[in-house]
Formats: sequence, C-alpha cells, structure tokens
Amino acid sequence: MLAKRIIPCLDVRDGRVVKGTKFKNIKDVDDPVALGKKYSELGADELVFYDITASHEKRNIFLDVVEKVGEEVHIPFTVGGGIRSVEDFRSVLNAGADKVSVNSAAVSDPQLINEAAERFGSQCAVLSIDVKKEDGDWFVFVKGGRENTGMKLWDWIDEGVARGAGEIVLNVMDTDGVKEGYDVNLMSQVAERVRVPVVASGGAGKKEHFSKVLKEGKADAALAASVFHFGEIEINELKTYLKKEKLPIRLG
Amino acid sequence: MIAIIDYGAGNLKNVQHALKTIGISSRITDQPSDLEKADGVILPGVGAYGEAMKRLSETGFDLEIIRQAEKRKPLLGICLGMQLLFEKSYEYGEHEGLGLIPGEIVPFEGAVKVPHMGWNQIELNKRFDDDSIINRIDEGDYVYFVHSFYAKPTNDQDILFTTNYGEKFTSAVKRNNVIGMQFHPEKSAKTGMQLLRNFGGIVS
Repeated sequence: MLAKRIIPCLDVRDGRVVKGTKFKNIKDVDDPVALGKKYSELGADELVFYDITASHEKRNIFLDVVEKVGEEVHIPFTVGGGIRSVEDFRSVLNAGADKVSVNSAAVSDPQLINEAAERFGSQCAVLSIDVKKEDGDWFVFVKGGRENTGMKLWDWIDEGVARGAGEIVLNVMDTDGVKEGYDVNLMSQVAERVRVPVVASGGAGKKEHFSKVLKEGKADAALAASVFHFGEIEINELKTYLKKEKLPIRLG
Repeated sequence: MIAIIDYGAGNLKNVQHALKTIGISSRITDQPSDLEKADGVILPGVGAYGEAMKRLSETGFDLEIIRQAEKRKPLLGICLGMQLLFEKSYEYGEHEGLGLIPGEIVPFEGAVKVPHMGWNQIELNKRFDDDSIINRIDEGDYVYFVHSFYAKPTNDQDILFTTNYGEKFTSAVKRNNVIGMQFHPEKSAKTGMQLLRNFGGIVS
C-alpha cells in the first residue's frame, strides 16, 4: 500500500537553514545538508528545501546546497522559492532535485505549469498554494501571504491540475504557525476534488494533528517545519505513533 | 567499475552519488564502447519510452547492451531503464524495446492516482530466496516509485518483486544476469542502498 508521507520543510537563506516561523522570530541556523541527512536517517519520506534568499545574486549559493543534498541524501526532495521560469526548473533538477514547487510565479504566469509539466513531466511540477479565508471564501495569496490575488482557491486548484501540476501543497495561512492543527475540513475537500496527491501544510503542533489530517483530512502527505526543527516532535517517534494509528507508514 | 549509461535521459548523477555513498565506483558514459571494459552496467532513465529507444539505437547503445547482457555481464535497468529491457511498450503508441526480458509495458488503469508516486512496499518472489540480490531485504520493505506504466513479464519466474497499487504489479525482475527495478533504489534510503550494494556484490 502506498505510504502516507511525512515531509520536513527547510527554509534556506544564504546557504543556511533558517529556523523560525515564516519571516518572523528567526532564531537559529543550521547546515542544510547535515539537517537534511539527519531527517532522512530519522525516517523522513521527502524533504523540501525552500530558498528564501532575498537577493537573486545569491542564487548560486542555493544551487550549491541543492547539489550537495543530492550527493549525500538518498530520498526524494523538492526545491522551491524563487522559481520563475522553465530555466529555473532545469537548473534545480540538474542540480539533483526530484521535484520543483512554484507558487507566486505560477499565479502571474500560469503557462509555466504547462511548460514545466511538458518538459520535465507532471511528477516534478508541484503547485504550492498559500490560502486564506476572507468573507467566508478561500482565496489564493502570494508574496509570502501579503497579497490577496482575488482568485478563489477552487478555481486555481482546478486550473493548476488541468495545466499539469502533479502535486498540490496547500499551505493554510490561518492555521500556519499557530500549532493548533491543520485545517482538516479544507484538506479533505481538496483531496476529494483532485486526482493528484495533496500535501497538507500549516498548523502542525502535536502528533495527533498529523494523524488527523492524514486520516480525516485524506491528505497524502503532511509537511511541517518548526516542530521538527525545535525538536518538539521527533520524526521517528511520530512515524511509530502514526503506524500504531493504523496509517500506512514507512518506518525508516 | 560500473558503467552508467548516458543517452540524454535525465539526471544520472543521483545514481552515481548513491553508489559513491556505499563505496562502489562508477562512471557515467555516453560511449557504447565503454561497456566492454565495465564489470557491470546500469541503464537509468526518466522520460518517454519511444524517445529513449530512439536515442539508444541512434547512439548504438542498444546493440551493445544486448551484446554485454548476452555475455552474462550484470545489467541493472532502473525505472524507464527497467521497462526498456522488455520487448514492447504501449506508452503513446507501440514501441519495441531491447527484448532481454519477455513481456510488455502497459499503463495503470482503474481507480488509482497516476503517476504511482511515493513509497510503496515490495513482496518477494520465493523463487529468489537464495539469490544474493535480496540480501538483507525483507518482505514489506518500502521503496520509492514514480511511474505511470508498469511491466507485465511473460514468465512468472522472472518476477523478483511485486507491489500492490490497486492491483498487484511487477516492481522488479531478474532473468539470469539481467535485473530491472521499477522504483528508484538511488532514492529509496536504506533499502535502496542495500539493493545497490547487492547489485555491486554481483558485479564484483
């Protein structure tokens, strides 16, 4: 049976992992390769490396990180942040990434999803969506959640999948960083709507939250950052717990 | 030394990195003549079947792979590379493969999500209980898959592993010195590294 995946997300700035919640409370730094390796050994099923480097000139530092991760970590990993063109897709895939996630760039140029899917295959074109509820409707946000696109979530999901996105990462901004659980209800609606895998993001605080979003939320995978980075939840213990909860889980 | 065949199909470095981690030397090559000197051959691959076969035949790799396989040199096909070992594929039309293993490549049908992507379990064919390719590999181990088509071998005795995804399909094959893995051992953490180590053991 296909396993449910646990995915730690590592934000990388100037070649170092930044531990914090989004752009606030940045507390500590770590080596991305060492941390990725550690998570892989603890049983992480995939990794996400997100480039939050502010300046475009430092892009090469990030590509070096991707290259080193590919050399030393032997599980699949996704790269995101700053991906704007098919050329950007190519450069991170050549550096060793298995998948590439796009967010804002896909909103301003949806054709990018088609081109990437045609060129490299749907399996590596991941559509990451920041979503927030306003006036009772779910809207797509960009620019790190600062800008409402005015686009409704359901329209964007349908369009993204139709254009060839092979996976959806849904980051719910209302629950992100609050550590009170994923939005299980929204996640199950998305999972039932599309035929591609759905990755839940935003809200993990306890082991039970993972179990809930993978069971009731019907998510294929759960992504989290700070609970892993600060050692609040150890990946191996989490996966043992989820297996006991009768979820299909790979123990590392 | 293991030769990793470069015929323009995707990223081959991941395979080489994985081999390096477990201390096996390899060389990526786009020259068919290099296969003769190698102790073992890996045929990787992502992309479309027809295009891959076209490139193998344009470069002359097709005949050289067949020649080396017939000389009993260990050969490992990974993902699309496994599918190319078969006689025929129905991926966007009908394409002839290398024909080293009898059988054909067909698409997933039914209620499952396609591509089959993620970690799934392997079941071992008892016929290979004493084969060194399954050293320290257990029933139910997880490996990483990304594919939309799968192999249907003509002979059950060529089936090394099966996996359940809506239906039971062949996830690895072995016919004498020719081995195929539908999943990506180079991305399959400990289990994948062990399988590559076992292949390395057959090579040396």
